[in-house]
Amino acid sequence: MTPDQRLELARTWADPPGLWGFLTTVDHKRIAARYIFTAIALLFLGGMLALDMRLQLLRPGMERMGPQEYNEAFTLHGSTMLFLVSVPVMEAMALWLVPLMIGQRNVAFPRLSAFSYWLYLGGVLMLWVPHALNITPDLGWFEYPPLSGPAYSPGHRADIWAQMITFTEVAALAASVNIAVTILKMRPPGMTLTRMPLFLWAMLITSLMTILALPSVMLVTSMLIADRLVSTAFFAPAASGDVVLFQHLFWFFGHPEVYIIFVPAVGFVSAIVPTFAQRPMFGYRAMVVSLVAIALLGFGLWVHHMFAVGLPRIGNAFYTAASMAIALPAGLQIFCWIATLWDGRPRFQTPLLWIAGFLATFVIGGLSGVMTAAAPLDLQLTDTYFIVAHLHYVLVGGAMFPLFGAFCYWYPKATGRLMSERWGKRAFWLIAGGFNFGFFPMHFLGLMGMPRRIYTYPAEAGWETLNMVATAGSAIAVLGGLVFVANAALSWRYGPRAGADPWHAPTLEWATASPPPAYNFDEVPVVSSLTPLWDERGTLPVMSGLATDQREVLVTSVARASPQYRQNSVGPSIWPLISGIAVSALFVASIFTPWALVWGAPPIGLALALWFWPTRPRLKASVFADTRS
Amino acid sequence: MVRALAVKRAVLLVLVLAGCSGRQTPLDPAGDQSQALASLFELMVWVCGGMYLLVLLFLAASIYRARRRLNALPQGETQDDTALTRGLWLWGGLVSLGLVVLAIASFVTDWALAQADRRADLEVRVTGHQWWWRIEYRDPASGAWIETANELHLPAGRTARVSLGSADVIHSFWVPNVAGKMDLVPGRRNVLSLTPRRAGWFRGQCAEFCGTQHALMAFDVKVESPERFAAWLARQRAPVTSSDPQLARGRQIVTGGACASCHVLRGTAANGRAGPDLTHLGSRRMIAAGTLPMTRDAIQGWILQPRAVKPGTSMPPIALSPEDADAASRYLVSLR
Repeated sequence: MTPDQRLELARTWADPPGLWGFLTTVDHKRIAARYIFTAIALLFLGGMLALDMRLQLLRPGMERMGPQEYNEAFTLHGSTMLFLVSVPVMEAMALWLVPLMIGQRNVAFPRLSAFSYWLYLGGVLMLWVPHALNITPDLGWFEYPPLSGPAYSPGHRADIWAQMITFTEVAALAASVNIAVTILKMRPPGMTLTRMPLFLWAMLITSLMTILALPSVMLVTSMLIADRLVSTAFFAPAASGDVVLFQHLFWFFGHPEVYIIFVPAVGFVSAIVPTFAQRPMFGYRAMVVSLVAIALLGFGLWVHHMFAVGLPRIGNAFYTAASMAIALPAGLQIFCWIATLWDGRPRFQTPLLWIAGFLATFVIGGLSGVMTAAAPLDLQLTDTYFIVAHLHYVLVGGAMFPLFGAFCYWYPKATGRLMSERWGKRAFWLIAGGFNFGFFPMHFLGLMGMPRRIYTYPAEAGWETLNMVATAGSAIAVLGGLVFVANAALSWRYGPRAGADPWHAPTLEWATASPPPAYNFDEVPVVSSLTPLWDERGTLPVMSGLATDQREVLVTSVARASPQYRQNSVGPSIWPLISGIAVSALFVASIFTPWALVWGAPPIGLALALWFWPTRPRLKASVFADTRS
Repeated sequence: MVRALAVKRAVLLVLVLAGCSGRQTPLDPAGDQSQALASLFELMVWVCGGMYLLVLLFLAASIYRARRRLNALPQGETQDDTALTRGLWLWGGLVSLGLVVLAIASFVTDWALAQADRRADLEVRVTGHQWWWRIEYRDPASGAWIETANELHLPAGRTARVSLGSADVIHSFWVPNVAGKMDLVPGRRNVLSLTPRRAGWFRGQCAEFCGTQHALMAFDVKVESPERFAAWLARQRAPVTSSDPQLARGRQIVTGGACASCHVLRGTAANGRAGPDLTHLGSRRMIAAGTLPMTRDAIQGWILQPRAVKPGTSMPPIALSPEDADAASRYLVSLR
């Protein structure tokens, strides 16, 4: 590619300058960065809430918070961490990474990714603006009726929670469709399904799980809103409604949700381990089969959240078996990662340190999961601090540690700078040490009978010592979080230059400059193995032919990734933002009046019509073809 | 790091062994159900602990090996996966074996617990309210229901069939020393069998978030010999009998005033249904669902300022002169 062509390519893919560019961009990297910044800010807020709650539980009978404040705090903490941090941040990582890992210029539906972010932001505002106005939801991150029904929760706190979910789930569905199509139809020539990096497998499976699981929670929260707004009585026992229906529909989403958060983490680990072991991943096929098995089993065990509801024993036994079975694929994956380290030449830099921390921590969460999977034993463990410990081991140890590792791993690619190793390691020890120190005792608190979601406890209960330890550990972990963020912020400015491939990594994203240009790659790379940069470093073959004076991407076949056609890729547009605003207006208004669904629809239709208005790019393409020939 | 984790685990284990005898823990079982579950838990800890140790050892060994190999091996040697593949199969087999053992143990325990349901000696009905427990016993003699609240008495060595329901939202009934928990779901009735073996006081608590005062929705459980239980039940069956003239003022305030609109005192004019039965209030250990001790001061404070103790409670503050409050609390404590 000549310098002139490269200049033209940069012009074609550049965003308009300034605020207008900010509002209209469809660059997957900018949108993903936005997502990640928002999620990190919310992670910080959620962490502060956690610390606040830990201080309230420091000693028996503390009066730092009343019951109302405490109930709001854990609701806000749980809802933020699950709906506004964990799931979106994984999608954001995929939006940023997937096109780079497949040598593409953008995702399949660039404007849809912008729309995803705006709606996600709508969900964030839906939860946190009411918090600022003191109408915070106060019934936990799953709001079971009839407590959340009109009789026991007047006002709009429960509606706000339910509609926040609608926002984030529409955003997540849009992002998932985008990621799945990008992975299936835009892989570079030669990257057949069997040469697809495990991260792409993980994100493909996550996206498909999201598409299948999320409609269930949107349905159930919409039913709840209908119960509250127009008295449909789906969940009102007095009118022959059934409160357990809510739990089924919620957990049919809620359990796959755990894997929607965990499977991307499997992808991160599977990307980091080979790079730092300097050896291809051992057991690639076993990893893929395990991922598929986790996805399938993940949809068959939601009832293990409901063992205490009093469902038939024989049914519970089935869900016990399914829940235990999922430990097998997870166990095989653990073996494959450690085996890769065993047979490699691992360098213990910060990203790999996070993975080691992940293995030592996540396995505890997995095993406590096996314990709670036994239906009879779960009756002693569920809704206690044992579960609080378990879920944090799985979500923090199992998903956040790999995420932090992934952040350190891809940071040089995104910023062009290396993070400080020394401070990275300090942050790791503070976070991983503080977390384990603080959360491991919670298992014992649960076994000593402490239920979850209580704002106070009597001194005679004997829970004080371990609660103090838990609070101290959480404070250490929060301190570590601050070190981590400070390291990231300072390294951005002062870190040493990274170059294209600081880790000597095998996958395509390391073939382009750090940070990547707006168009990502000069030409489409062609791959012939799982580890193209190890096998063909410096001589990576490319396929030329994409236009430089207009946005084009290459579309390939699903299984074999053979080139099919060049596809126009849309440019910046304000309409995703305006559509997002129109949808938000409908969502917000419809917790006050059902008529919002009627008068809120035309603006959305109008915005979408303008979004999809044909722009006749073919005409331009033919002119271009003429001048070239 | 691995070593630090192991040390920390050991320290905590000691801590918990010191703390795990108590009135509200599944690890100090006092009944058949909790005993079976504690045994199952112990098996889980051994099997899962062994698995965890294996993972840590493998991880530690690979790190140790890596340190030695880092400089020893040339770059770019070809991989031989045969041994590792064999290891993967072995590991898969081991994990499957562990899971099968645990699943079978779980099913066997579940089956054994189900057997207990068949032989019930006593019928009890528990209804969850925001935020207290209505407890009713089927009188073995007459078949009538005897009502009390927030304190469950059980005969040792007998199986009580507890039928669980809710008057408002979902609650969960949990006496960890005796059995696992079971939800109280509005519109449904769940049944839980309790076979306590060891006499003593235990504590139960609501385990499903049920609104503002979920934290202060506890109850006491007294396990006693069948004879003492029978005597207790006979006393609970009786209406209010006290006719002490010194308590006349208190009786008048309680049975004729605001209290009567929500509380029952059998044998008097007070027959409200919204709140707990007070007929034998003075015989209980605690008031306000395990929140305050049964003392005259506590009752007085509770009547005058319930929301200072338990913000959000449905019990309204009752305006009484100090003398009247004193008389009312004296009367209530006397109801044994």
